[in-house]
Parts: sequence; C-alpha cells; structure tokens
Amino acid sequence: MACVTTFDSVTVIATESLSKRFPRVTALDRLSVDVGPGVTGLVGANGAGKSTLIKILLGLSPASEGRAEVLGLDVATKGAAIRERVGYMPEHDCLPPDVSATEFVVHMARMSGLPPTAARERTADTLRHVGLYEERYRPIGGYSTGMKQRVKLAQALVHDPQLVFLDEPTNGLDPVGRDEMLGLIRRIHTDFGISVLVTSHLLGELERTCDHVVVVDGGKLLRSSSTTDFTQTTATLAIEVTDTDSHPDGTRAVREALQARGVEFLDAATTGLPGAGHILLLTAQGEETYDVVRDVVADLGLGLVRMEQRRHHISEVFKDSDATRKEAVGHGS
Amino acid sequence: MAVEQPMRAAAAPPGDQTRIHNIGYRSYDGPRLGRAYARRSLYSQSLRGSYGLGRSVKSKVLPMLLFVVMCVPAAIMVAVAVATKANELPLDYTRYAIVMQAVISLYVASQAPQSVSRDLRFKTVPLYFSRPIETADYVRAKYAALASALFVLTAAPLLVLYVGALLAKLDFADQTKGFAQGLVSVALLSLLFAGIGLVIASVTPRRGFGIAAVIAVMTISYGAVSTLQAIADAQNSTGAIPWIGLFSPVTLIDGVQSAFLGATSAFPGGIGPSNGEGVVYVLVVLGLIAASYGLLMRRYRKVGM
Repeated sequence: MACVTTFDSVTVIATESLSKRFPRVTALDRLSVDVGPGVTGLVGANGAGKSTLIKILLGLSPASEGRAEVLGLDVATKGAAIRERVGYMPEHDCLPPDVSATEFVVHMARMSGLPPTAARERTADTLRHVGLYEERYRPIGGYSTGMKQRVKLAQALVHDPQLVFLDEPTNGLDPVGRDEMLGLIRRIHTDFGISVLVTSHLLGELERTCDHVVVVDGGKLLRSSSTTDFTQTTATLAIEVTDTDSHPDGTRAVREALQARGVEFLDAATTGLPGAGHILLLTAQGEETYDVVRDVVADLGLGLVRMEQRRHHISEVFKDSDATRKEAVGHGS
Repeated sequence: MAVEQPMRAAAAPPGDQTRIHNIGYRSYDGPRLGRAYARRSLYSQSLRGSYGLGRSVKSKVLPMLLFVVMCVPAAIMVAVAVATKANELPLDYTRYAIVMQAVISLYVASQAPQSVSRDLRFKTVPLYFSRPIETADYVRAKYAALASALFVLTAAPLLVLYVGALLAKLDFADQTKGFAQGLVSVALLSLLFAGIGLVIASVTPRRGFGIAAVIAVMTISYGAVSTLQAIADAQNSTGAIPWIGLFSPVTLIDGVQSAFLGATSAFPGGIGPSNGEGVVYVLVVLGLIAASYGLLMRRYRKVGM
C-alpha cells in the first residue's frame, strides 16, 4: 500500500521516442508513452515489440535511440536499481522441473536480495497468494500449466516489487485458468498495491483487467488510453446457438429472426474473431435486447450455447491499421 | 489512479480491516541485501548443488560416490602406513590428484553441466538477469562454486593423508610442506578443470552433450598427450616431452607441480619441465583460467535474456 501512495501521481513508466533496431528489423520505432500506476495492458500482435520493450525497461538491452524511465530511474544508467524494484515474469517456461516451488521461489527471493528468513517467509506468503498450497513442496515437473504460471508469477512478486512486468501470463491456459490468472493480476494491484504492466496479444482479456491499455503495432504506438475510453460505446453481445433438425443452420435462423425484430448485427467477418461463422455479434441497445435474444432462441427451439457481453472491442483499434499490420508480419521481436 | 482509490476502499471496508489485514498481502519493508549477497547466495546454492545437496536423492548419488572413491584410496594408504610403521606415505600429496585424474574428470563432466546447462535448458537464466545481479556475478558465482566443489573433492583425500601421516608419526615438517604443496596444486587444478568444464557445458543446454564433451576433452587430450610423450620418449627425443605436456589439463598441472611444487613428474622417464619450461606451464595454466572466465562472460552476455 505504501508504494501506491508514494507513486500516486508519478509516472511508473515513461518512454520518449524509444527505438530499437536490429540489423534487419526495427522492433521499436520512436515509441513515446507514459504509463501511470495501476494495471496497464500492453497489446500487440506477436512481434509487435512487446518483449523488446520489456527488455529495454529492465535495463537489459540498450535502446538504439530515445530514452526510457522506470519508477523515475533511467534504464540506461540505473538498470540494477530498477531490477531491484521490479519483478519480471517471462513468457517462456523458466522453471527447473526437479525442484519444488518453495525451493525455487526461495532461491529467487534470495537472488533479489532478501535475507534467508525473509526469503522463506515471503515465499510461503506469495505462493499462498497466487493459490499454491500443499503442492508447493512437490517438484515443479509434475505441475499443470496453470500451476507453473502461478509459480512464475510468484517468483516475480516474492521480493515485493513496486512494479511487475508480466509477459503473456495467460499463454497456454484454458479458459478457467485464464480467468483465474486475470483475476490474480487484478489483485496484484488492488490488494498488493503493485503496479502491473501485462502484455498480451489477445485484446479481449486485457480490457477486463486493465485500467489502461497501450496498443503497439510494428514497434509503433497505436493508441494509449484508459480502458473505459476504449469501451465506453455501446455494448456488443456475442451469441452462439446449436443447430437442430428443424433448423439445420441455427445461426442463420436466429440471425434472420433477430433481424426481423430490428436487432442490428456487427459483421462478424470483419471483427476477425475465431469461429466467427458460428458466433453472432449484435449491438445491445440496453437490457431488452437480452430478452429479445432469449425469446427468439426459445421460440426457435434452439440451444443457447453462449450469450456474453463483449464491450466495444479493443480490436477495433486494429481495424484502422490492418494495412500496417500486414506489413509488420514477419517482424520478430 | 482514479480507478485505484475506490477499488482499494472496496477491498478493505472499515469494519473488515482486521480480517483483511490478517489474510491479506503484507508488503516487505525489510533489508534488501543487493548484488554481493545475491552472488554469495548463488555461489552457496551452486556449491551445495555440486554435491546434490538441496536437490533430489538421485542427484546426490554420483557426486557423493565420486567423493568416496576419491577418499578411500587415501584412507587405505594411511591404514597401510600406520600398520606397517612406514617412514613415508606410499604416494606424494602432489601425485594423488594425478593418479585419481579419471575420477576428477568424471566429477567435472557430471557437475559442470549440472551447474550451468540446467539454467540454459530450463531458461532460468533470464530470471537471474532480471534481478540485480549481472553477467559477471553469475559467471563468478558459478565458476567459484564449481572450483570450490572440485577443491573439496581433491583436497579432502590430501587431508586424510595428512592426518594419517601425523597419526603414523611421520616427520611433521616434511608432511606439512608436502601437504601445503599438494593443496596449492589441487587449487590450481580445481580452477583449471572448473573453467574448462564450465566453458564446454555452457555451450550446450543438453546435459548429456555436456557430460560427453567434457569427458572427451579431458580424456582424449590426456590420451593423445601421453601417447605422444611415450613415442617421444621411445625415440629418445626427450626435449619434446615437456612441450607436449602443455596440451592437456592434467599434464599441465603435473608440469607446474614438478617444476615448482617439488613433485616427481608422471611424464615418461620422469622428465618434468625445467624451471624455464615450468614458467611457460604456469603461464599457460593461468592463461587458460583467464580465457575460461572470458569465454564464460562472453557466452552469458549473449545469452542474457
């Protein structure tokens, strides 16, 4: 909590025309962005420069030009001081299978400078907070992906940093694990008072979790604003129905029936969602739209597989930049 | 921040504060001991790991076994010396490691990859470097840990010999001098072997490759050198023998100690390097140690993240 009040009005991360060029690829291109306290999402397609940005912010990779500050410290000169105050959860696997979560996290706590006793206490606390209990004494090799992600998160939090970088924390998780991880990320800020920079290539999941979203593409800043700005307009409703014998194409039947009732549809093809053929996106004009959908589906005798609110999707920021994104394909980070 | 305040208030309503406090997150205000401490922690963790301590039972077997194998002959020699009331030990302190070189090589081959290949293979290295420690700290801690582990392995039997020699009431001054020379020799050997082993192991994330490569380098170089030396000896070109010895780790140590540490050379015909040649040996050994360190630094600067 102390650090929340300390950093109340302070910028946690600030970059100024930050660029990183590799011999054949420009990973970051004059990126200027300010990130305040809270949970900030860093969104971009694979290869958009997210991981490169994190490496620069950790002071591990020098920028080609421009400058960046983390917690008010210059990344070029104060790398060690920054790394003492931040935590980092990498995208890839980073856990040795033959030691227990407890041993591993204790070791990592000591690597962050915590004295032995404090390292053990903080490890027990942190593992409990991320939701690992008895299994923490077993070798990590036997853990599920979800448990491994929790251990990775624990090692990033064990030294009570002021800021954590989480690189694709939901990668490889099933929907339930994903929701749990997102809830945990939210708590890192609300309960632990630690600011979070979380990257993802999935836009939808960040809008639920983050206070602020930064969208990068091809190393360039596309947009940076609070989540409410992104999603303030009318809500989008996603529905999916089963097919029955009388309605072999249930999706189409519902679509037609709903259109007859004056419901507007978004063109699923342009939103680029997976399985868009079976998922109908419609604009909810308030509560009554839900009732209309329920009634129509019931009248047709179809099963309603899914009806969920999708706020105005962040993905729409990408629509304008589809052209640039296609150019960026193949740019590794 | 605008979002933050109401959330925090909701998380800890006034009435619930004690309960929330008890189960809630506690921040850490204690000391952060920084780089030097982290380096020491990594050193002690790696050193313990070299004997399987803090690791699974399975990984304790080989290092402990090799440790016992190193010490048993010393214990037997001592027992014989005490029983027969001999007036000197059957083997010089300096000679012991040369005789037991196969065991030492096996230890390096098994533990160097354990120390560094695992971090590469399981990609733990970025976790280290996202913390205050830097490349140099990691390399120094790992190098020092393996060298210390090797020193323990090679110095322990010497200690057994020394204690046994004193029990057998052999000449104190003589034995102490020999013991000290032996310790210097195995210290050099530990640094050299650890360096070579780590450089080879740090190239591959595969432990098996690491083990095979270290064994290959150690045994093939020794085999080639001693064969060439034997040929040189047979052809009476004894001048070449010391120079050939420069090309394998074991013969390097042998050369240094026969030139400066009063050892009898294990080279064919007992022809060790002269003092002048000995200087070359020392320079090569120190050069190799420095080169190992340099190569490790280069390797890890690249691996970084």
